[in-house]
Amino acid sequence: MSAHLHGLLAEFADERRLLDAVRRTREAGYFASCVEAYSPYPVAGLDKALGARHHWVPFWMLVGAIGGGAFTYWLEWWSATVNYPINVGGRPLFSWPAFIPPAVEMTILWAVLFGAAAVLFGARLPRVHHPLFESREFERATSDRFFLLVRGEDPSFDPVVTQTFLKNLSPVLVVEVAEE
Amino acid sequence: MSAVLPRHTLPPVIAPGETNASISAKIGDATLRRPTGWLWIGGFLLSLVACALLFVGTCWLLYAGLGIFGLNIPVAWSFFIANYVWWIAIGMGGTFISAAMLLTRQGWRNSINRFAEAMTVFAVSVSGIFPILHLGRPWFFYWLFPYPDVMNVWPQWRSSLEWDFWAILAYLIVSIIYWYVGMLPDLATLRDRARSLAQARFYGLLSLGWRGEARHWMRLEQFNLVTAGLAVTLVFSVHSMVALDFSEGLVPGWHETIFPPFFIAGALFSGFAMVLVLGIPLRTWFGFEAYLTERHIMNMAKMMLAAGLFVDYSYFSEIFTAFYSMDKYDVAMTMHRVVGPYAWVFWGTILFNVAAIQLLWFPRVRRSAAAVFVIALGVLVGMWLERFMLIVTSLYKDFLPSAWGMFWPTFWDIAFLIGSIGLFFFMFLLFTRLLPMLSMFELRKLVASRRGEEAQQ
Repeated sequence: MSAHLHGLLAEFADERRLLDAVRRTREAGYFASCVEAYSPYPVAGLDKALGARHHWVPFWMLVGAIGGGAFTYWLEWWSATVNYPINVGGRPLFSWPAFIPPAVEMTILWAVLFGAAAVLFGARLPRVHHPLFESREFERATSDRFFLLVRGEDPSFDPVVTQTFLKNLSPVLVVEVAEE
Repeated sequence: MSAVLPRHTLPPVIAPGETNASISAKIGDATLRRPTGWLWIGGFLLSLVACALLFVGTCWLLYAGLGIFGLNIPVAWSFFIANYVWWIAIGMGGTFISAAMLLTRQGWRNSINRFAEAMTVFAVSVSGIFPILHLGRPWFFYWLFPYPDVMNVWPQWRSSLEWDFWAILAYLIVSIIYWYVGMLPDLATLRDRARSLAQARFYGLLSLGWRGEARHWMRLEQFNLVTAGLAVTLVFSVHSMVALDFSEGLVPGWHETIFPPFFIAGALFSGFAMVLVLGIPLRTWFGFEAYLTERHIMNMAKMMLAAGLFVDYSYFSEIFTAFYSMDKYDVAMTMHRVVGPYAWVFWGTILFNVAAIQLLWFPRVRRSAAAVFVIALGVLVGMWLERFMLIVTSLYKDFLPSAWGMFWPTFWDIAFLIGSIGLFFFMFLLFTRLLPMLSMFELRKLVASRRGEEAQQ
């Protein structure tokens, strides 16, 4: 039966109960990759409680920044000195200070482009549909309720035992989420 | 001084009693369920008429060329460049409020950043029209972009006009991404509160499937923080480049090292003014008094005053430097500004940007939404006049008296200014009906942090 379940979803009334529930679920031995916590705003400490892995958003932003800036600066140098050298009033072909502004702008632009891509791909988005969207209760996850999901994939997951476990964490309710 | 009130009597940043649910309900329903009012329809029709004027003007410009404007030698830059600088400057204020105040942890910014960012996106979009249409042959604008073409030529990298192209391009894309990625959680709220299938589909697609998982939040917050840091740099660099378009010229009144900081102060000044001009009506019409409180108006008024004082200092410094240098062209240019045929532009600038804002020193004025609104509107007018003054009065009488001349605007000069205002409001009015106007998730965060502080006390 667990093969058909995406997981069990427990609803909480506030962030304190969710944090508490997440800690206890992790202590009970469920894998970090199979426990998910949903909240209508970023809750401080929730990622630590979940044992969330390091993410790479700033790293990719740095890659974008260096790549975008260096490529623009290189393009300016190459086009002005190698590909089409042209003497403009005796100014040096490689006018290095004047080449900085476009490179600065492209540094920022590519950092942000890479960052936005890292946010979306890191979160496996865009994704138009998701099993959780089938659940009527989950509509309040973006408004005023807090949710804990234990995925059916977890080796310690058992539809009955896990449900009993979640019900002991003082949730508003616990519902099953079907696999697509 | 009795006028200085003790700190605890300041109005709250968010009305007491606001909860996660009430934030979603009030702000979400202002977009999803509120019927479209006559005021909105009237404003929208008006903006459409102005947009039509812009469209007809653009067609006529493409057909007839730049001769339809009052431009000529010596005044070859005027309304179009003034409009461009005015609009891009207004945009700066939105980014600064959103980004710099996120970095400095100003919690009250959470209720203004969304519409301020929207204002930025629309103002920068409008501003970009002007330099392109001003090219003479606008259909070749892509020559500014370095691509391997058959003519085997590259852009002139040493020119500040080329830098400007990169600056606008980067600024437009970055402000759209910052605005949109930061809006994903709120679009998801609208998706989940949608009443009809059409609404659910529209916001479902826009929100890209955002669910609010803790790890997703972690990435989003990190992205917002780093982007905020970059966006502040961008604000300063973009507007410095706008200023360098002038500083690189050799005309008296342009060739000054003070221009980049002076322009940035002016940009923040007019940006804060526009945020107030948009925010005060939004607050009343959509019933956002709980989120946009008196405190926001007071704080914004203070920031507008601070930026304005820096602008005023720059005016003073420009005049002082002209006389201190004893450069006869600089002195003559300054005198032409003050008593010449365009003296009314100079004195108008002084009235709106120097005199009127001094009222904001009084707490009673800062507490009055109507007074702040009128002063902010005046600042927008004053900042447009200032750009006109900087551009035209530097050009119309430069070095040789035999080459002096006047600038008279034509119908089309004015039509493009009105049309650009129409286009801005067209986009902003659509925004107020289609997208979440205030940042719901950041307001929930603000409420949560207040709760945390109260619990500690």
